[in-house]
Parts: sequence; C-alpha cells; structure tokens
Amino acid sequence: MHKQLKPPLDEEQVKNLKVGEVVSITGQIVTARDKAYARAIELLRSGKKLPIDIRGGVVYHCGPLTKKTKKGWQILSGGPTTSARLDSMQAEFVERTGVRVLVGKGGVSEDVAGELARLGCVYLAFTGGVGVLAAGTIKKIQKLLWQDLGATEALWVLRVQDFGPLVVAVDAQGGNLYLR
Amino acid sequence: MLSEAEFCDAVVEMLRRAETTLPKDVVEVLKKCKRREREQVAILQFECMLKNLELAKKLGAPICQDTGIPIFFMELGADLKLDFDPLATLKKAVKKATISIPLRANIVDPLSRVNTGTNVGEGQPVVHLELVRGKKLQIDLLLKGAGAENWSRLYMLKPFDGEAIERAVLLTIGEAGGQPCLPTIVGVGVGGSAEMACLLAKKALLRPLGKPNKNRPLAGLELRLTRAANGLGIGPMGLGGKTTVLGVHVEKAACHTASLPVAINFQCWAARRASAKLVGNRMRVEVP
Repeated sequence: MHKQLKPPLDEEQVKNLKVGEVVSITGQIVTARDKAYARAIELLRSGKKLPIDIRGGVVYHCGPLTKKTKKGWQILSGGPTTSARLDSMQAEFVERTGVRVLVGKGGVSEDVAGELARLGCVYLAFTGGVGVLAAGTIKKIQKLLWQDLGATEALWVLRVQDFGPLVVAVDAQGGNLYLR
Repeated sequence: MLSEAEFCDAVVEMLRRAETTLPKDVVEVLKKCKRREREQVAILQFECMLKNLELAKKLGAPICQDTGIPIFFMELGADLKLDFDPLATLKKAVKKATISIPLRANIVDPLSRVNTGTNVGEGQPVVHLELVRGKKLQIDLLLKGAGAENWSRLYMLKPFDGEAIERAVLLTIGEAGGQPCLPTIVGVGVGGSAEMACLLAKKALLRPLGKPNKNRPLAGLELRLTRAANGLGIGPMGLGGKTTVLGVHVEKAACHTASLPVAINFQCWAARRASAKLVGNRMRVEVP
C-alpha cells in the first residue's frame, strides 16, 4: 500500500514528502482548472470568500466526463489535465487559497515549482489518460459548485479513497522530477 | 443502397469503440515498453495505463475524460450513389454519440469560448474528404485530445540544411516535455505545402505502430528519430525513463524547390482510432 495522505494537511506533513515517493489520497479533493482558477483569484483579490474552504486541501486539475442520471451526477472518467496551462495563475492561486497539494499531469514550470516550495505546497503527478481508474476512487460527489462554468470547468468536491497512485514530482524542498 | 440510419449508427458505434478500447498494436507496444523500463516510477505509469484500459473495456467507459475531438478521414467513391449527405450525417452522429456514450462537450467558439454542448460547431467535426474511384466508402477516425494536439508545430525549413528535419522534430519533442500524455506517437509530415504538411503529419497517426514507412529513406528516418527521442529520457508522463515515444511516423509529398515544410502532430499514448467501411450495403466497424 502507498503512503496515505488525509487532507487537510499542515505544512509539516507536506514538507515530509520527497520527490519520487508514491502516495495516494483518502478524503476530500476539489477539482479546478482554467475558469475556476480565474474566478477564485478574482473573488479572493476582491476580499470575497470561496464557496468552500480549501485551506490545507488538495486541488485536482481535472475536467471530468460526467453524466446526470435520476440518482444525480456520476463521474465516468476523470483523469488529470495539463497543469502547466494554469502556470500564470498557479502561485497566486496557491497563496490565496492556502492549498497544500496540487494534483495534475505534466508538471509546472521551474519558476512555479520554486514558488510552490516557498509556499509549502507539493505537486503530485497522476498518470494522464487514466480516466476510468481515477473515477473508480471517487466514493461520493459531495458538492458541485460553480456549475455555471459548465461541467468540465466547475468545482467538483469529491470524497475519494486511495486516489492514485500519485508520484511526488515537485516537493517543498525544491526537488523536481521534471528537471532531472 | 446504404441507408442514412445505417451510416449514422455505424459512426456512433465507431466513436463508442474508439473511446473505450485501444487498437491492439498500441496495447502491444505499451506492454513492450513497460518491460523495458527499469525505474519504478516509469513502470508505475505503464501499470496505470494498462489497468485503466482493462477497466474502460470492462465498464464500457471512455478511456480518458478528454474524449477529444473526432477527426474523420473519409474516402468516397465517385460512383457511389447515396440518397443522403454523408457530411451532415457525420455531424448528426457526433451529436448522438455525445449523448449516448457519453462524450465530454469539448467544442467551443474560439473567441467567446462558449461551449456548443454538442461537440459539433462551425467546421466541426473535422472531415477530410478524398474522392476515389469506384464505389468505395471508408472512414478512418482519430480522436484527438488537446494535451497532445496543443504541441503541433509547423516549420518552414531551409531545404539544404543537412539535419534540419531531425532537429525540428527533436526540438519539438523536447519543448513539449512531459506535457502531452507520454509516451506519444509522433506524426511528421514532410514536404507538400504548409497545410499539406500538417495533414500528412496527422494522417501519419493513422498508421499502426510497428509498421515502418514502405519508403526506405523514410523508414530509416523514423527509426533514427524514435531512437533519438527515446534517448532524451523524458519518459512516460515526463517523469523520466526510457520511453518518450511509442513511435515516429513520417509521411512525405513533393514540394517547391525553395521550400521544406515540416509539420509535427502528436498523439497521446491513449491513441484512439477506429475505422468503418462499406461492405455490400452495410458499414463494417472495427478497432484494428
């Protein structure tokens, strides 16, 4: 079994994670990508609050494939999206929201990696394209926020079990697997 | 005569199969590459990919949440009589498949970014129509996610610069780094004109893995590029390892004496493709 992370996490726990280590997550994660990042930053800049407190939390770069049934929403496929698309917003997003873990694919730029280390946030790499494997770890859709952004861009608040395997790709000590 | 309903159903079925299963040649190469890796992180990436493929097949669910945009290559016989507009029916089929499979709604207006919600729109789906002799009707389908497509490049190189093609391809693979879902299939279009090189690069992705170009110099170029790319060490998902590409496919066309267009198009490891062809008055669908 991989090391389990159970959010919310404090700085100490995050700093113990080392590049190359394999972990999985059990607990709450929240999806966010392009439009959600932009809206979150805009709200926090103007002193407003997010609809959910994600301090110490895990943000998952993902735009899931979903289906609405009579029983409610279902995520059919939900692998990671390219994190670097969000690079221009990454540091400010992490600083303002206080999240401790980003999960995505492809990594972040060298500059952003440095910022993440300064802010005490780690980047975990999930295998791209493993949508069905990822969806299988979702035990419950707890909330669907900012639905007006569309199902792909909305915030999906998920309860996951053994979400992963995830590779610590950028750690809080400045380690970066993409730079080897 | 082929009915519109038969044609439409076949296209929906082709999309469903392409979204939920990978061609055998791709699965075989993924397995082979996994065996070659020595580092735990690289092996883990392949394990996740292969496990995901099993789950997708078992559950009939799309392999990746980015169900991509469909690119259709249609060969249409000049003597074939149809009592419907096949282009309009392709559009209809994509709309239907979006609901029935379902597919993620990926098509937006390029400026307003408003999503059409149906996976069709102005100029979408993309259809490359080729008129051929006789009564043939064949459709080859590629599903293209944005992660790979976003690294497409077109270079207009100097014709007599020794290894310009190799440098352009390797530079692009290096720049893309771990951002497309590696290991990728790299399609390279050499010659033609600017837009033809792009089309050749994309068409190159239709060719099954393990089948080198029949032209010897091109086959040699493919082999050299594959080895050099895998020597970069970028590895599965950019996390380091021996496999950066599953293969490099090069296609060429004659070009202007003063030009050397070179286009590059990536396909992610989830290299989804399928085909359908007219047999009698029915469409036969297959994932090769």
